[in-house]
Amino acid sequence: MIEFKNVSKRFEGGFEALRNVNMQLGEGEMAFLTGHSGAGKSTLLKIISLIEKPTRGQALLNRINLKTVSKYRVPYIRRNIGIIFQDHQLLFDRSVFDNVALPLTIQGYRHQEIAKRTRAALDKVGLLQKEKAMPITLSGGEQQRVGIARAVVHKPMLLLADEPTGNLDPVLSREIMQIFVDFHQVGVSVLVASHDLSLIDELQKPVLTLNGGQMTHNDLQPIAAYES
Amino acid sequence: MVMATSKKRRGIPGKANKLVAYFLHHLQSLVFSLGKIYKAPTTTIMTVAVIGITLSLPSGFYLFLKNIEAMSGDLSSSTQITLYLDLKTSEKSARKLSKALASQETVQKTEFISRDSALQAFRQSSGFGKSIDTLSSNPLPHTIIVIPKSDSDRFEIKNLLNSLQSLPEVKIAKLDTEWLERLFTILEIAKRAVGIITLLFAFAVLLIIGNTIRLDIQNRYQEIIVTKLIGATNAFIRRPFLYGGLWYGLFGGIISWLIVELGYLAISGPLGRLNMLYQAELDIVTFSFQDFIILISSSTLLGLTGSWIAVAKHLNQIEPT
Repeated sequence: MIEFKNVSKRFEGGFEALRNVNMQLGEGEMAFLTGHSGAGKSTLLKIISLIEKPTRGQALLNRINLKTVSKYRVPYIRRNIGIIFQDHQLLFDRSVFDNVALPLTIQGYRHQEIAKRTRAALDKVGLLQKEKAMPITLSGGEQQRVGIARAVVHKPMLLLADEPTGNLDPVLSREIMQIFVDFHQVGVSVLVASHDLSLIDELQKPVLTLNGGQMTHNDLQPIAAYES
Repeated sequence: MVMATSKKRRGIPGKANKLVAYFLHHLQSLVFSLGKIYKAPTTTIMTVAVIGITLSLPSGFYLFLKNIEAMSGDLSSSTQITLYLDLKTSEKSARKLSKALASQETVQKTEFISRDSALQAFRQSSGFGKSIDTLSSNPLPHTIIVIPKSDSDRFEIKNLLNSLQSLPEVKIAKLDTEWLERLFTILEIAKRAVGIITLLFAFAVLLIIGNTIRLDIQNRYQEIIVTKLIGATNAFIRRPFLYGGLWYGLFGGIISWLIVELGYLAISGPLGRLNMLYQAELDIVTFSFQDFIILISSSTLLGLTGSWIAVAKHLNQIEPT
């Protein structure tokens, strides 16, 4: 699913956010990405979601080289990823239903299909009864669940989450993480960046640790094992 | 596992045919942008009012010119030729000439003014009565006013003028068209001025709409970034803004039409009197249906163009970071 070979990212001004990162997340695998602030977690996620391009090395998503993708193909590749943000990035001028339906609208689904899939996604995060509510009236945990519903409504192959529990209390955080585990169990690949180490320990999933832009710990299978 | 490009997804149940989806989104954007206008009436009304007022100036001028032209067209049909006869011509032969001319095919009618009645009229209207009394003899000649057939064109009138000029009794034959030609020239200048004004104001409307859409894009910066991350194409994001500009242009055009119509209602009284003073029985000309369509469609086009420029310049710069 995701393959990084000696990926480095150097920003203008010389700051090196990633240094020779190697990793591989197979189809249907789930992993946590940890590290201090500024260790490169966000940069790694940005490379996968085509927001940044690697300076050196090879970053592949489903064997597509993310460095050489033309800008016209970027939207179509992003449709295979569901992204969950720390601040959930909901659109406050429209209802919960319309927020969750957005990826389907973008991809041109039929009206009835949009309604069906949107309700299914809301049901999965336990917010079906709130479909007509405006996001501003929801609690922080509920808003994050709406963000998750929006990320999964179009059934992406890969879920990326950047500090999804950063603003939530431990109980809500556990609920949110459990939703990710549920998606992993139905075959979706999941990569969650988080520094909530105690929660990560609890969930018993592979962990990747970044430190100063270098991968210092990797529970996933090394690339060589796939190449043989 | 296969990267799902739009092509490969075509067969997925629930997903509309690509073309259908395309038109569906156009329709959605059209309605959505209208909904945004409805939700923010104050801003919209202000923008639309500015566009309406801006467009009402050139269209008002245009209508004004149209009226003047209609009036002058009517006046030009009342062309007359004035014949100043030789002073030696007797009143009797002058009257005879007038009658003879009236029976000519190209002439509608003639009017004879004897030198005495001319002097009488001059004495009354000019205010020089006393100074005229000091004259030893009447300096004015007999005059015949020849009105050509109403459907004669310029060429026929010119021919008539030449034939009248060659008559032995006629000293001077004068066609009263100089002032008309002047009027036409002034109208020509005014037309060009309206053209320049129209261009300038059209440009102003482009700037107004461009700026409004630019602010709209800035206000929805976050939304644009989120939709891009969800996989929206630039075309998808562009559409609501383009339709927004289209609505601004359309409503602005309608408002400018209303302004001009109301303005003409307000000045129709004096304009009607002016018509009567020129003895022209004319209705005031307002926008024809064709004018209305041209006004509305060009303002809509301006709206679309203005937003297109703004969108092309600003939207592509917004990328998630």
